[in-house]
Amino acid sequence: MSDAAGATEQSWEALLLAVAETGDRDAFSRLFVHFAPRVKSYLLRQGSSPSQAEDIAQETLALLWRKAGLFDPAKASASTWIFRIARNQMIDRIRRRQRPELDPNDPLLVPAAEPAPDHQASKQQDIAAVRSALAELPEKQREVIMLSFFEEDPHPAIAEKLQLPIGTVKSRIRLALARLDTLLDRNAHGES
Amino acid sequence: METHHHLPDDLLLAYAAGSLAEGWSLAVASHLTYCTSCRQRDAALEAIGTAALEGMPPEPMDAGAFEACMARAESAVAEQPLNVVAGSNTPAPLRRYLGCELDAVKWSPLGGGIRQYLIETGDETRARLLYIPPGEDVPQHTHQGLELTLVLAGSFADGDEEFHAGDIEVADETVDHTPVSGPNGPCICLAVTDAPLVFRRWLPRMIQRFAKI
Repeated sequence: MSDAAGATEQSWEALLLAVAETGDRDAFSRLFVHFAPRVKSYLLRQGSSPSQAEDIAQETLALLWRKAGLFDPAKASASTWIFRIARNQMIDRIRRRQRPELDPNDPLLVPAAEPAPDHQASKQQDIAAVRSALAELPEKQREVIMLSFFEEDPHPAIAEKLQLPIGTVKSRIRLALARLDTLLDRNAHGES
Repeated sequence: METHHHLPDDLLLAYAAGSLAEGWSLAVASHLTYCTSCRQRDAALEAIGTAALEGMPPEPMDAGAFEACMARAESAVAEQPLNVVAGSNTPAPLRRYLGCELDAVKWSPLGGGIRQYLIETGDETRARLLYIPPGEDVPQHTHQGLELTLVLAGSFADGDEEFHAGDIEVADETVDHTPVSGPNGPCICLAVTDAPLVFRRWLPRMIQRFAKI
């Protein structure tokens, strides 16, 4: 039950599908070993107490088991699916807010055209590609993007933490997102 | 059907991160139902959140955490997809708030044929449906904060720009506008604000006091 080094997105997907299809406990334990400590760390960063973070991390993974049958690898990667469950638990349990959500089965949903495999859209949703593009960002830009995912009211919180005017925070986030798009686009076309 | 007016990155980023207030999130989730390009952007921003989660320093779980989690996992039944309503004209996130379809909403008159329906949210955002008869002005107004307007049926024009079903208009305190509904049928939209609208004429201001706009 060790955390396999170099595990890829494909292997998380295979494990999650094994949970969905056969209730595979060994596959689930491998997902637990990798993701539960990271979800706990994310929750601590959002301001929860250690006991609450432990509780919500366990609940997130328990929800992963119960929702596994709804996972559709054509629509999201396995790790993004886990991020969504963790984020929604955080909003519900720590911030005590409602987050209206899109229903992927809504008959009104306008369907997306299938992107080509090397299209930028698929690169933008490839977690390994996004992680390496984030690593290439200048530190100041990466910092504001990360903080955007950890703060309850990000713009004022980042402005206070970094001693910057709110306008500067907003423009730095915009520049960082544009830079990420450029990096992902360049890496997708193999020109780096 | 393709949408032509989209959401800016700052709102989509806040939605993906989970920091966007309830009323704005209702407008965003409803717009995403119609708009494939904003949905793609939302997925790209969620991928950044996923990368952030993956990059967190692992925090050790308590002893026996896996067994406790397994026990929780198996103590409840597996989740099934929600029932879908065929032939609906109301985005699912909005339908959950209304408890009915758009055509069954219990409107309150606002004068001039304009009607509204207030939607309860648990925070400072104020959400409402507006029903504007064909070719009617929405009284000229400015905002103290942000206003998101999502068209659900019919259309409206604001200056040179036209907004049809699925399009969303983002207006702030710098915008002083008089949207006009299109000529073909009533315009029904979801409007979300975080501060009262400021009308430029005295009559709507009277109405405003009674209607809690």
